[in-house]
Amino acid sequence: MTKNLRVKSSEYIDETNRISFKFNGKTYHGFKGDTLASALLANDVHLVGRSFKYHRPRGIMTSGSEEPNAIVQVNPGTNRTEPNVRATEVEIYNGLEASSQNCWPSVEFDIGGINNFLSPFFPAGFYYKTFMWPASFWEKYEFFIRHSAGLGKSPTSNDPDIYDHRNIHCDVLVVGAGISGILAAKNAAKNNFKTLLVDEKNELGGSTIFENNEFNKIDNKTPSEWLKKEIEEIKGIKNLEIKTRTSVAAYHQYNYLLARENLTDHLETKDKTHKIRQRLLKIRAKKVILATGALERPLIFNNNDRPGIMLSSAIKKYSEFYGVACGSKNVFFTNNDTAYESAMSLYNKGINIEAIIDIRDQSESKIVKKVKEAGIKIYWSHTVVDTAGYKRLNSVSIMKLSNDGTSVTGSKISISCDCLGVAGGWTPAVHLYTQSGSKLKFDEEKKVFLPSQNKSEQISVGACDGDFKLDEIIKNLNQKLKDNLNIKETDLDTIKVEIDQENSKRNIWLLPSDKPLGKTKPFVDYQNDATAKDIKLALREGFRSIEHVKRYTTTGMGTDQGKLGNMHALGIIADTAGVKMGELGTTTFRPPYTPLTFGTIVGRNVGKFFDIFRRTPMNDWHVENKAEFENVGQWKRAWYYPINGETMHQAVQRESKAARESAGILDASTLGKIDIQGSDASEFLNRVYTNAWSKLAIGKCRYGLMLNEDGMVYDDGVTTRLGENHYIMTTTTGGAANVLGKLEDYLQTEWPELDVYLTSVTDHYATASLCGPNSKKILKKIIPDLDLSDENFPHMSFKEAKIGNIKCRIMRISFTGEHSYEINVQASYGKDLWEKCIEAGKEFNITPYGTETMHLLRAEKGFIIVGQDTDGTMTPIDLQMDWIVSKKKYDFIGKRSLYRSDTMREDRKQLVGLLTDDPNIVLEEGAQIVSELNQNPVKMLGHVTSSYFSPNLKKSIALAVVRGGKDMMGKKLFVPMENKNINVTVANPVFYDEKNERLNA
Amino acid sequence: MFLINCPYCGERDQQEFKAGGEAHIERPKQPTELSDDEWAEYLFMRKNIKGVQFERWNHAHGCRKWFNMVRDTSNDEIKAIYKMGEKPPSQ
Repeated sequence: MTKNLRVKSSEYIDETNRISFKFNGKTYHGFKGDTLASALLANDVHLVGRSFKYHRPRGIMTSGSEEPNAIVQVNPGTNRTEPNVRATEVEIYNGLEASSQNCWPSVEFDIGGINNFLSPFFPAGFYYKTFMWPASFWEKYEFFIRHSAGLGKSPTSNDPDIYDHRNIHCDVLVVGAGISGILAAKNAAKNNFKTLLVDEKNELGGSTIFENNEFNKIDNKTPSEWLKKEIEEIKGIKNLEIKTRTSVAAYHQYNYLLARENLTDHLETKDKTHKIRQRLLKIRAKKVILATGALERPLIFNNNDRPGIMLSSAIKKYSEFYGVACGSKNVFFTNNDTAYESAMSLYNKGINIEAIIDIRDQSESKIVKKVKEAGIKIYWSHTVVDTAGYKRLNSVSIMKLSNDGTSVTGSKISISCDCLGVAGGWTPAVHLYTQSGSKLKFDEEKKVFLPSQNKSEQISVGACDGDFKLDEIIKNLNQKLKDNLNIKETDLDTIKVEIDQENSKRNIWLLPSDKPLGKTKPFVDYQNDATAKDIKLALREGFRSIEHVKRYTTTGMGTDQGKLGNMHALGIIADTAGVKMGELGTTTFRPPYTPLTFGTIVGRNVGKFFDIFRRTPMNDWHVENKAEFENVGQWKRAWYYPINGETMHQAVQRESKAARESAGILDASTLGKIDIQGSDASEFLNRVYTNAWSKLAIGKCRYGLMLNEDGMVYDDGVTTRLGENHYIMTTTTGGAANVLGKLEDYLQTEWPELDVYLTSVTDHYATASLCGPNSKKILKKIIPDLDLSDENFPHMSFKEAKIGNIKCRIMRISFTGEHSYEINVQASYGKDLWEKCIEAGKEFNITPYGTETMHLLRAEKGFIIVGQDTDGTMTPIDLQMDWIVSKKKYDFIGKRSLYRSDTMREDRKQLVGLLTDDPNIVLEEGAQIVSELNQNPVKMLGHVTSSYFSPNLKKSIALAVVRGGKDMMGKKLFVPMENKNINVTVANPVFYDEKNERLNA
Repeated sequence: MFLINCPYCGERDQQEFKAGGEAHIERPKQPTELSDDEWAEYLFMRKNIKGVQFERWNHAHGCRKWFNMVRDTSNDEIKAIYKMGEKPPSQ
């Protein structure tokens, strides 16, 4: 039976609410309010995991988000499982399951533990040094490395939870609800600043609410009592929003912060469903007050990582806040007075304190006197040189420190214990501060990096600004609030603070042992198993930059980002290399402060919201008629309509024949449509298209090619003149948004004098394109009173008409070479229009066709598709479209570039047709084209851009870009493929109906 | 993530905007009179300064207006924002 180490009832633990949970398959009990860590400790469980490299047994070290060792897999094997969760942050609930990570078969007996004994063979940079050669072996190494890498297991099924994002704008954001944060938030809100206070824990108050040093007083009350009253008070203040379980992950420029609000992780599984699990808060704050506190430092000594070795402040929190003793025989090891407070906390509850080992030679503070009076043995000027106990600490060995602190003397004393509290001083939590771009400065006296140059509207208050004593905190906070928020008086003006003065400190980054460093294991980064020895090795091997040492030794690269040990790593480097810490600097603190799940980052943007898509008004018809779809830009376009189990090839061949032989219909609604109005509309078109527009008659359509300023084809489409000062431009489906943007850019920045208005109307109209020799008859059935004669309604012209009561715009234009009409109606009538066409076309076997058939039909005619036959390096001349480039116009976008020496080269890639000698072989799009097969290296002439089997010509056709292709008509070339060389002949790209007779058929 | 003060809409999040490269490069009025080198200077040459840079920005997901911004590229501090056609603030 495990021991019960509950020592006192705590107001934060609800002992009436007993909670049952499982750890590594075994059932334990705790109480509502416990974290997984406190509940395990209450059951005397310290061993919770194995380290990354050596698989050393590890225990709970801290009581917060800085925990390096006690990281667990929560709810393993379920779809809610999450790896690398800190046991110190998991609030227990009935049914919670957790398991250790990085161990097999179990945390108690882990095969990988052998690495610990092989550690001399795993020096820093082991992977870099070992897996370098032979190079061909990498694939074999990789298998094993990947197998052993990583700590927890990712979930394998979909995350069932909902995540959310929320934007928050506030005047003042206070990060951290310790005493400084609470007082800052209170005063900000009371002075009419809209204030948000966030804290990662579930209770407000930080470390002050379990402060037990009886010699510290605020207004004659203990700080914890006093603060509890303040906490009650701020809960009612208007202007103040308080969010607990909310961890700021990132602090970006312009006071933009991301925080994760945890809403359901502490609830039982049945209460989690249909609720938002976590919410990512995107906060824009006018001012940010950082009150992130400080993290206690460990001490770096031999075997400082055994289960049972913990931070002294954590022991105090477990005792005071959770009512749990972390051991029955306790020893503290310290370089300052805080360990004495922890010792008194346990002593007052009747727990044994075996000894306190202090590397200082004395301290005169009241708390130390109190400890002496209690009869607790203090070893001044001593250090721990070794510890024993594989899965749980059972003793520590101590020796006297030399005066300079670099060696030990005298004889070794062994002290039996099951818990060692380590107190190495405090490191201000400046992570968020530096993320914001602000700069730190090293304080030689306090041995800490402190905020120095603020780059945003921000202040740091309390321990994160280096104020560790209550009187300093209150005094400095008061002044900073007044200066920063421009307040005349605060309620801090009258507070009376008494504190226990300590303050002799002694800092030794790496404590000596009786053994040489090579024989010891003083861990600096617990999670990644980096020792002081590794850091010194890196320096010996020539690494100097702190960033390089970090990567070489992996110090600070675990999921905890080295929150505990980074300062010691820096200290050891500085000492060894003989440089000042201030000059060395720190490694970069990167977001997130604590790990975020992907779910939180993506929020609602999952599944069908991952990437938005657009559907045409006819979409339902396409779905009902079993169309296959393809993505074009954000659009879902009907690709082809297979019937009776046709393959794509069979369907496209059928559709293509039908469109030329009788009638086809295409949903062309996705084409970009821009309404252009204004007295300078014609002039504007003259400037943006290569051809001339001024003489286009009202009611006529014209094809236009748009270039970039570099002369390369950018977009194309047909534009119709609806009135004197009114055009409607069509663009490619994918180019619509960019074309509008480009036109607006020119209008606003280069030609603001032009009277032109642009409106995107792509979504306003639905378009059905009727084509084929029977299209005229079908249109006649739908609109009997419209004169469809070639005289009244010739090719490249436009009519307004009505289908019943529905107004429509009809353009007689063709992308297939057939007689065809594009009928535009208001989008909401799109499906109606489509169904009318299908109904009217039945007797002509009207065949709906998709984008693939459209591509085939236009390729038969040699019409280009911008983006398929062009790639941003093709001029109109390269495309053999000289006819569309006006020689008369003085200027248009891209004109000058057509006369650059490079664009006038004869050997540019030019668009040609290709015919395979064997008409049944269809070339692969993208295939390379060569003229010589036996060259080495072979010269690439170009590549195939479009290729199809034409059912109307009964042979394979292709478009290609070929160097100097213009002058190669009839020339034999080769398309070398993996297994064969295909013989091809250069041909006219217009394969079908070269004289355009079918347009009027 | 910048907070950009659109001269037409006020402060908005950066994700509403699109950057449009260096500002104050005027399209030549008579391109045909330019040599290849002069045209190339307009077409291709852009500054990429570590420090104060004059840029074009577009409120693409807002009013769609273009405007100018003076930004220090070394620390992303936005020094000034002004409308198209207005004179840049003296450096």
